[in-house]
Amino acid sequence: MPKLLTTEQMAEFASSGCLFFEELIDEQTNKEFLDDIGHTSVENVESVQTYFDNIKSTSSIPRIPAGTPLKDSYPKNSPLEKILKNEVVDGAIKSLVGSNPLVDHQALHLTFPTKYFKGANQRQMSQQNHQDSTIDPRSTFDIQVFYFPTEVTKEMGGTRYHPGTHLRVVNEFGIAKYQNIKGQKSIVCKPGTVGIFHNGLWHGAGVNFSEEIRYMFKVRLQPTEKQELLWDPEKKYKPLPNRALYWSDEVKEVTINDILMKSYPWQEADTNRLDKINVVKFWRLLTGHKKMDVDYWLTRIENELY
Amino acid sequence: MAKRQKVLVLYLKFPSLEAEVISWATFDGTGKKLHMTGDSDEPPYPTGLDALLDGWRLFQSSQAIPEYPGQEFRTSYLKHEFFFEKLEEGDF
Repeated sequence: MPKLLTTEQMAEFASSGCLFFEELIDEQTNKEFLDDIGHTSVENVESVQTYFDNIKSTSSIPRIPAGTPLKDSYPKNSPLEKILKNEVVDGAIKSLVGSNPLVDHQALHLTFPTKYFKGANQRQMSQQNHQDSTIDPRSTFDIQVFYFPTEVTKEMGGTRYHPGTHLRVVNEFGIAKYQNIKGQKSIVCKPGTVGIFHNGLWHGAGVNFSEEIRYMFKVRLQPTEKQELLWDPEKKYKPLPNRALYWSDEVKEVTINDILMKSYPWQEADTNRLDKINVVKFWRLLTGHKKMDVDYWLTRIENELY
Repeated sequence: MAKRQKVLVLYLKFPSLEAEVISWATFDGTGKKLHMTGDSDEPPYPTGLDALLDGWRLFQSSQAIPEYPGQEFRTSYLKHEFFFEKLEEGDF
């Protein structure tokens, strides 16, 4: 039975563009996945290319034509089918992209340690920040499910990401010149962790200074239905009433509106307000409440009397 | 003695050099240090003005471009970009 996301988790996704489930996949399934791709001790890996070629030729990961329904994509009882059918992953997928998403693409990301770069006389660099695919001004969004079969330590780099950037429309590596962004995070995690990114989230692969190969498996999923209240089929969600602004009493309770209105350290003072407006617009689409607002951001500018 | 350029790019919270640094990049033409994406979580200076006080010379800053009509709420790249340089002499 899929565990649908809570309204708090949906608000977190609307605000930050990502969700994480630590150590979600069990040890046995992680092992099956690693066995399937021929994971071996780093001493046995001769070169980046031969290792990658070997994985592609021997693993059971199918070649999935873009646009194939997820339900038809992975063989029954294969490690990836089990991971994507995990009740939490399945519930998150159903909450965000519905019951019949399509596979856009999948990829196995391998990040190699320093010795392979020295051996090949190459400069070892981290991957620059980017937004996947291309300029995407849709209101509809895709998700990227990231699965980490092994532990990722700080030394291994991890996938770098920038919470709250998902609604900024940019052109792929057009953001590569931002080497460092305040509030940047890296996915340092235990084996079996799953992350889910909005397709617009800015990210990049960190450099791996450990002795081990870093693995990450990614599947991008596209919805085939309107992404409205998918996590709340009984449609119980009701927007909160307006609250007093600036001249207000201190309230300790954290509400859905507080999650939605979170600020991020990288946001400019002026554009931060537009980022909030865009989160409210996104939340309107997710909830189907077309006039809802938080802290009057949209009501104020929609009060056009001429 | 040869001269080499070091470039520091700061993105600020608002379009004035006294504003807080929110993003940064360094490119070292002397070859002494290889900077790369994600190599530091703390900015090299708290504000753009602090970079000037440390001898960096400003040579370019972003213009204020009015939002395109109908696109006022579209958010995209970081807005307040300042390019600085230092020239270093040495045997490179």
